[in-house]
Amino acid sequence: MSNHPKYKEWEEKVLSKVLARFPERKKEFKTTGGLDLPRVALPKEIDDEYLEKLGFPGQYPFTRGVQPTMYRSRLWTMRQYAGFATAKETNERYKYLLEQGQTGLSVAFDLPTQIGYDSDHPMSKGEVGKVGVAIDSLADMEILFDEIPLDKVSTSMTINSPASILLAMYVAVGEKQGVPREKLRGTIQNDILKEYVARGTYIFPPRPSLRIITNIFEWCTKNTPLFNTISISGYHIREAGSTAVQEVAFTLANGCTYVQTAIDAGLDVNVFGKRLSFFFNATTDIIEEVAKFRAARRMWAKIMKERFGATDPRACMLRFHTQTAGHTLTAQQIDNNVVRVALQALAAVLGGTQSLHTNSKDEALTLPTEDSVRTALRTQQIIAYESGVANSIDVLGGSYLVEQLTDKIEEEAFSLIQKIDDMGGVISAIEAGFIQRQIEDSAYEYQRQIETKDRIIVGVNEFQSKDTVKVPILKIDKEVEKRQVERVKKVREQRDNSKVEACLKRLEDAARGDENLMDPILEAVKEYATIGEICGVLREVFGEYRD
Amino acid sequence: MGDKKVYRVLIGKPGLDGHDRGAKCIARALRDSGFEVVYTGIRRTPEEIAMAAIQEDVDVVGLSSLSGAHMELFSEVVDALKKHGASDIPVIGGGIIPEEDIEELKKRGIKKVFTPGTPMEEIIKTFRELCENK
Repeated sequence: MSNHPKYKEWEEKVLSKVLARFPERKKEFKTTGGLDLPRVALPKEIDDEYLEKLGFPGQYPFTRGVQPTMYRSRLWTMRQYAGFATAKETNERYKYLLEQGQTGLSVAFDLPTQIGYDSDHPMSKGEVGKVGVAIDSLADMEILFDEIPLDKVSTSMTINSPASILLAMYVAVGEKQGVPREKLRGTIQNDILKEYVARGTYIFPPRPSLRIITNIFEWCTKNTPLFNTISISGYHIREAGSTAVQEVAFTLANGCTYVQTAIDAGLDVNVFGKRLSFFFNATTDIIEEVAKFRAARRMWAKIMKERFGATDPRACMLRFHTQTAGHTLTAQQIDNNVVRVALQALAAVLGGTQSLHTNSKDEALTLPTEDSVRTALRTQQIIAYESGVANSIDVLGGSYLVEQLTDKIEEEAFSLIQKIDDMGGVISAIEAGFIQRQIEDSAYEYQRQIETKDRIIVGVNEFQSKDTVKVPILKIDKEVEKRQVERVKKVREQRDNSKVEACLKRLEDAARGDENLMDPILEAVKEYATIGEICGVLREVFGEYRD
Repeated sequence: MGDKKVYRVLIGKPGLDGHDRGAKCIARALRDSGFEVVYTGIRRTPEEIAMAAIQEDVDVVGLSSLSGAHMELFSEVVDALKKHGASDIPVIGGGIIPEEDIEELKKRGIKKVFTPGTPMEEIIKTFRELCENK
């Protein structure tokens, strides 16, 4: 508590409004021993530096969090990324996760779906249903969400190049369930730029890809106002080997590119800016991660306000999802991974994440089993309900170390963004191989440290043990691919093919012109045009990117 | 200059998997150890990889896959090399590969399979031995 006029102003203008709409989970929050926990601890003296750098939660520059009550009103969304085999198996896993207390869905698609090939395309061989669920047409999507009311859950979809198509399918499934599109909540990843440098599921070259993304921004503000239109992702950049500073810098630089492109297309930064979301990695280095999340929030607020002229505070908020760091999981002594994930999840919560996926201990070997996914979810629930860290806001704020690191990450990441700007922006930096090289150099250095034991990885280069434990493994049956191939062939036989052709022709015309592509895609999807067919038309018009 | 032979190897990413951190690290470590390395980039077909191996006249092919498609894709590279009369080029692989798949991959002609956590030194040693014995 404080008597500072700025604090009073925050209480009256920001806090009270939110409290009226989202009451806190409890009347009062106490430690296990019964001591009172303040909503947010403040320094004894609030000075200008404090107000400029940290401020109060839910207020610019959002260093201490994007909401004024944070987890005291609503815990983060526990959202386990899942998908494998066919829509039927994945639908069962979703229902299981919802029964276990998960609060949002997150769809993992297989690689053919992500790269716009139907399951019977030659490039899909061996990949169908492996790293996610195979979706070829609306027929699969209907099964994926069978008996899951789309007005009750929010759904995140990890889909980039074909994001417009999967979003259209989601809208179509909603309509069939009687849920109007304005009510749909969720996120599409839709972040193509990081695919060129870190993740690899690109289809089209950068410029037409940016056009599709802008089309989605525009369409969603009018049709699905509650949907996050993009999840600008540092996660994969970090997995590919970057440092924390590089993760923030490259992610926010990508964000700048999307914002500038949308502004250039005539969209209002105060409108589309509110629907941008982010996605970061949480490694075991807790303090650096907490500082990273705080720095990223402050940086994005400044970028939106100062660089792009946003005036609505909500357009300046960096809201983000976190996933624990896959690359830190070891195939040796896999039980140790449970501990790693717990520390990483704690870092994400201390950093103020809006939603969280915790990895399962067996993911260095294979897809996770139901048992290991449950433990991963329980890890989040223990942090939420037992640890007490969710009962006060930004609990590490004010730590000398955390504040110093927050400043340092901001400074270094801004200077890296400047470097990219000087090169002419992200696309030029990708074309010059700059971003890729930066990530590769960091990955190589990290590996070198492991080889020389400058970096100890427990169970891998130190504290090894000989005992080999048999790990139960979730295997995707070969039959899955066969069944899915038969299924897509059947869909093509049973639909009205003349209507499909007309829709695809209309889409082609729209792509050659400058019409928004979303409506033509939605029409095609409703006639059961497949992802391969729709992407085929766009490949024809836009060309393909090659590594 | 000595007349010590410089070995040429190819690192390939078959299929649709985009996880290239391991492949790139190994390519670079091999270069640092004196190998000439051809890296294919991601999303290549087994046929493209086999043709590149032949055209570049490499001594060993190393494949990487983390998407679970290794069974199909690794053996197709072996088959494609055989089809083009280059079955003398040994193929090794690495990635997220369950223990129980390793025996079967060996039966299908993959000489050696590395799983996560393997020291770089051990991988380089294997490349060197295969080059020397070729």
